Amino acid sequence: MTTTVLEPAIHGDRVSLLRVLGPAHVWALGVGIVLVGEFTGWNFSADKGGALAALIVCWIVGLLYTSVAMIDSEVTSTVAAAGGQYAQAKHIVGPLMAFNVALFLVFAYTMLEVSDAILLGDTIVAKAGVEGLTHNSFIAATIVVLAWLNYRGVLMTLNVNFVITAIAYISIVILFFSVSPWTQGAVLKLNELVTPGNALPYGWIGVIAAFQFGIWYYLGIEGTTQAAEEVRSPARSLPYGTMAGMITLLIAAAMTWYVCASLMPWEYLGITYYPLWDAGKLTGSPLLENLLFIATLLAALASANGCINDAARAWFSLGRDRYLPSWFSAVHPKYRTPYRSILFLLPIGLAFAFIADLNQAITFSILSGVLQYTFMSINIMMFRKKWPLGTIRRGYTHPFHPLPAIVLFCLCVVTFFAIFLGFGSQLIAMTIFYFLISLWFHFYRYKFVRRGDQFTMPWPKPQGY
Amino acid sequence: MWISLSYACWGISIVLALWMLYDWFKVDTTYSEDVLTSSREGELEAVSEKHRI
Repeated sequence: MTTTVLEPAIHGDRVSLLRVLGPAHVWALGVGIVLVGEFTGWNFSADKGGALAALIVCWIVGLLYTSVAMIDSEVTSTVAAAGGQYAQAKHIVGPLMAFNVALFLVFAYTMLEVSDAILLGDTIVAKAGVEGLTHNSFIAATIVVLAWLNYRGVLMTLNVNFVITAIAYISIVILFFSVSPWTQGAVLKLNELVTPGNALPYGWIGVIAAFQFGIWYYLGIEGTTQAAEEVRSPARSLPYGTMAGMITLLIAAAMTWYVCASLMPWEYLGITYYPLWDAGKLTGSPLLENLLFIATLLAALASANGCINDAARAWFSLGRDRYLPSWFSAVHPKYRTPYRSILFLLPIGLAFAFIADLNQAITFSILSGVLQYTFMSINIMMFRKKWPLGTIRRGYTHPFHPLPAIVLFCLCVVTFFAIFLGFGSQLIAMTIFYFLISLWFHFYRYKFVRRGDQFTMPWPKPQGY
Repeated sequence: MWISLSYACWGISIVLALWMLYDWFKVDTTYSEDVLTSSREGELEAVSEKHRI
């Protein structure tokens, strides 16, 4: 085999990730990962606190994620490197924080990918209604086909994500306008289903508990930053793509809640795995039912696709800095993708998908995500303190600092409490896991790191140093 | 039909997994480790960003 067969794209003696993406791809990555949360996940918040609690957390968690998007846009438009929040943590806080953040990222995205694959398999099995049919083959195909797509190149991966995410999103808009949202009583019956007597069946503690699943309205929008090293203009594309994604999701979340809460009682809404598909069925239109079935599958596919992309980049970045063996930092000379990281995470995703329960996978994903958001609130405070405005070039500067950071931190504390109420043992287990892995990194692994090489941003010295 | 689709999914998964393993082997035996792991963070930033405000 010769090198000419592969038509390698090597510049000089280096091979790196390919800069081919624009703002639309950033949008497709962020919204693609998240949109599945409208098709399943958010509705479990109704089980925790009733239909009104699901709406309250939709807005409050929306505030949390708007803060995430603003903070992330500012830091990422400055630290434009694969690994996203990992690279931010490395430059702003330090190596141990960076190692933990990278693990939060890999865990959050891998578990979300697992949840997506299980959802897709279960949805097909539910639609088929055939005895003896299991979800395993559909799970395997989802994970392997998407890993192959990611292996073959980031441009095609995110072009596909853009198309399937747009179709899934448009299906929500079509459902919304098909049920005459401006006329209560014709199809929608919000005033009958959500009454003062049942709006908050468990009171305000139910609203707090609902935070745990309210996260699903927007979980993963911060994944846009993983594309930092592959977008043509990070300082412009990342803030545009992330902010546009957040606006899109706020609209989708509001429409989803309104239609679902107006079509089914909270007792059912809180336990179904398919709120939007069920809403399609309840309209009585076979066309809408089938459209929402297909949209549920596409949303799960888009999410899993984006998660594979992001988890692989975080893992790749750890290898590149020797936080893990540098073997993981290989880039495919033809497709310009972190192919070894993609292949390494593939069997892990498959194993979890075959043995894990959907609720457990979702909870591990949410926990890792919230740990990451907590870091982001501290990270932006340190970033502004060490490099105040005017000392380095920023692609975007978020307004009202430090208010978004404070809001984000406070909402993360509330969400931790909510998770503790529902999944206390998992929260404690994960905390112990991250503590032990931090000890391993500090006392063993860090000696392999080339300390001077890991800080790559051409910035002036931080203030106070 | 659904059972056939299920078998087709297994088939596609196996074929694509084998293709990736083959390509991985081909790349790893064609290129040196130094070339494959030569990517460096922030290279483009270093040449394009001067950080003059």
